[in-house]
Amino acid sequence: MQLDCPMPELDFEIITLGHGSGGLLTNKLLESGVFSLLSNDKLDTHHDGAVLSYDGPIGFSTDSFVISPIFFPGGDIGELAVNGTVNDLAMCGAIPQHLSLGFVLEEGLSMQDFWQILVSIKGACERAGVQVVTGDTKVVEKGKGDKVFINTTGLGPIHPKADIRMSRIKPGDKVVISGNVATHGVAILSVREGLQFETDIESDTCNLNHTVRALLDEFGPAIHLMRDPTRGGVATVLNELARDTRLGVDIHQARIPLDEQVEGACEILGLDPLYVANEGIFIAIVDAGQAEAFTEKLRTLEHGSRASIIGEVVDAHPRQVVLSSNIGGKRVVNMPVGEQLPRIC
Amino acid sequence: MKFLTEYRQPELVAQYLAEIRKTVSRPWTIMEVCGGQTHSLVKNGILNMLPPEVQMVHGPGCPVCVTPLNLIDKAVFLAQERGVILCSFGDMLRVPGSKKSLLQAKAEGADVRILYSPLEAVKLAKEHPDKEVVFFAVGFETTAPANALSVIQARQLGVDNYSILPSHVLVPPAIEAVMDDEDSHIQGFLAAGHVCTIMGTEEYYPLVERYHIPIVVTGFEPADLLQGILMTVRQLEKGEARLENQYSRVVRPEGNPEAKKIIYQAFETGDREWRGIGTIPRSGYHLRPEFHAYDANIKFDVNIEEAKESEECIAGLVLKGIKKPHQCPQFGKGCTPSTPLGAPMVSSEGACAAYYHFSQAATEMA
Repeated sequence: MQLDCPMPELDFEIITLGHGSGGLLTNKLLESGVFSLLSNDKLDTHHDGAVLSYDGPIGFSTDSFVISPIFFPGGDIGELAVNGTVNDLAMCGAIPQHLSLGFVLEEGLSMQDFWQILVSIKGACERAGVQVVTGDTKVVEKGKGDKVFINTTGLGPIHPKADIRMSRIKPGDKVVISGNVATHGVAILSVREGLQFETDIESDTCNLNHTVRALLDEFGPAIHLMRDPTRGGVATVLNELARDTRLGVDIHQARIPLDEQVEGACEILGLDPLYVANEGIFIAIVDAGQAEAFTEKLRTLEHGSRASIIGEVVDAHPRQVVLSSNIGGKRVVNMPVGEQLPRIC
Repeated sequence: MKFLTEYRQPELVAQYLAEIRKTVSRPWTIMEVCGGQTHSLVKNGILNMLPPEVQMVHGPGCPVCVTPLNLIDKAVFLAQERGVILCSFGDMLRVPGSKKSLLQAKAEGADVRILYSPLEAVKLAKEHPDKEVVFFAVGFETTAPANALSVIQARQLGVDNYSILPSHVLVPPAIEAVMDDEDSHIQGFLAAGHVCTIMGTEEYYPLVERYHIPIVVTGFEPADLLQGILMTVRQLEKGEARLENQYSRVVRPEGNPEAKKIIYQAFETGDREWRGIGTIPRSGYHLRPEFHAYDANIKFDVNIEEAKESEECIAGLVLKGIKKPHQCPQFGKGCTPSTPLGAPMVSSEGACAAYYHFSQAATEMA
């Protein structure tokens, strides 16, 4: 990400404990540009919180971001923190509007890095069309954090045509995926200490709210459920779905979109792409009659060009996800036990 | 992906399956030695595509599964030592020691890191001269050259704060151990393609002769595995016992002479304990005396109690193919992938974990 907002002249280069004390240094940090970068009528009041008005049902979601490294190919923790909550809201059928932004900074973080994260947050908010209306900054001692942790919480009205509920899923529904799987997780692994490998794979982090809104406009109640398969990947989301609905899910390996480089990296690292984390895709469970049209439309929208119907909800094998492999074999795709650990050989 | 997709073509797979069905006339029990093969059989759903006469038994070729309890305890002990960075391949982390796994030790504050290559560990040692970097050098012949190279490199570069905890096991003695067990009913072997890429095929001729069993060096892709199974079944049906090489696009009879030279520069063969099986003569690699300065066993005073295996775990019988995982009373009850009693339930290549996932599928899809 290029710095299109130059960092202001400051008399400090790193974050110190004082910047979280609430006193003069905190004010200095906030006035240094945080407020002006993210400026809007609600934040500009500098109040303890924001006053918002909503009519009707709203979506409400929170997420914390602790990623290492904080800068990675295709994005950084700031962009991720905005997109993550925006997408969680979109998955509920909400139209994201307002965010809170909480920082836990580790003493010693360079102001340059912090500024870059703020600029990313600004860019991500603009792309998603959301405002940061309240926030908080704390600083912890060196060694008590990992450079920066971010929490965002978001609000937005529910789309009038949205009726997103697990209980609406029925046998015959199609499982649609909006894009390539495993891209984010592999991009992060490629820069982790000890695992570095040559690749130009970039994280797919992006805001999905505009795409989802367009789909809700057209297909509304035909969309029974949406989920973004972040940690735990596609396999976890589908297993949760099978467990909670007590139905089965069939998926077809050949229909799962996967970038060739990502596939290669997964081969080498011994990872199953179905368990790798994603940021810029979502899974939709769509009424069978509308699934083709839904997927066609999705392919014309931002971040949807690789959309594919990967499977269906079935009566058979309740609570289980079964994959038909490319060669026609079948296997159960289980819930992962913990973090996926690379194999030896 | 070139060299991979060709061996994953559904048409090719269907041809091999049809040929196996045509060839087989009675039940045969074949062991795939390598965990990577087990993994591929399960991942691609091949096990339930085979005709019922062909029984595949998952062999002891999962390095994670056969690493003895005491070595894991040693690794945990070292990880908890002050100033030690313990590096390991990923899937060793969850394997339970007698008290805890490396993952638990990490959660308690030990500096445990996942690496893909021991050479990364040497680099780490160079960057942290104030720390001791120990690499948990687990594996079969396949990972031996890289582990050997790491100590050779450390010596050349004068990186004295690097050592390895060697836990190397060898395939041919494992096949002997399986065949020498009077309860064994294995009739043919798929030998591990990767191992033979390094070691070549010479070592397998005496086994074929001594036990009169077909051994087919086999790759890892669906078409490789099915071709390997077909070659084995053909021999069995004809009453033959020969060494064949299905994986000839990669494996040469002499193996990789450069890699072997590096192995023998750093390692010598010696007796080794296998988890669940016991000590197998001349079945492992130990560092040669000139590299003892890089042997964590010698460098550190590891003072731990000799641990006993869980009495409920029948991993040894499973690894030798005498019992099927689901014949264990604890299978899927006291022992699951999230609460493993023994290592074969931990590794994604382990026979019990593979069976746990597959047998679930089998019951549901029947």
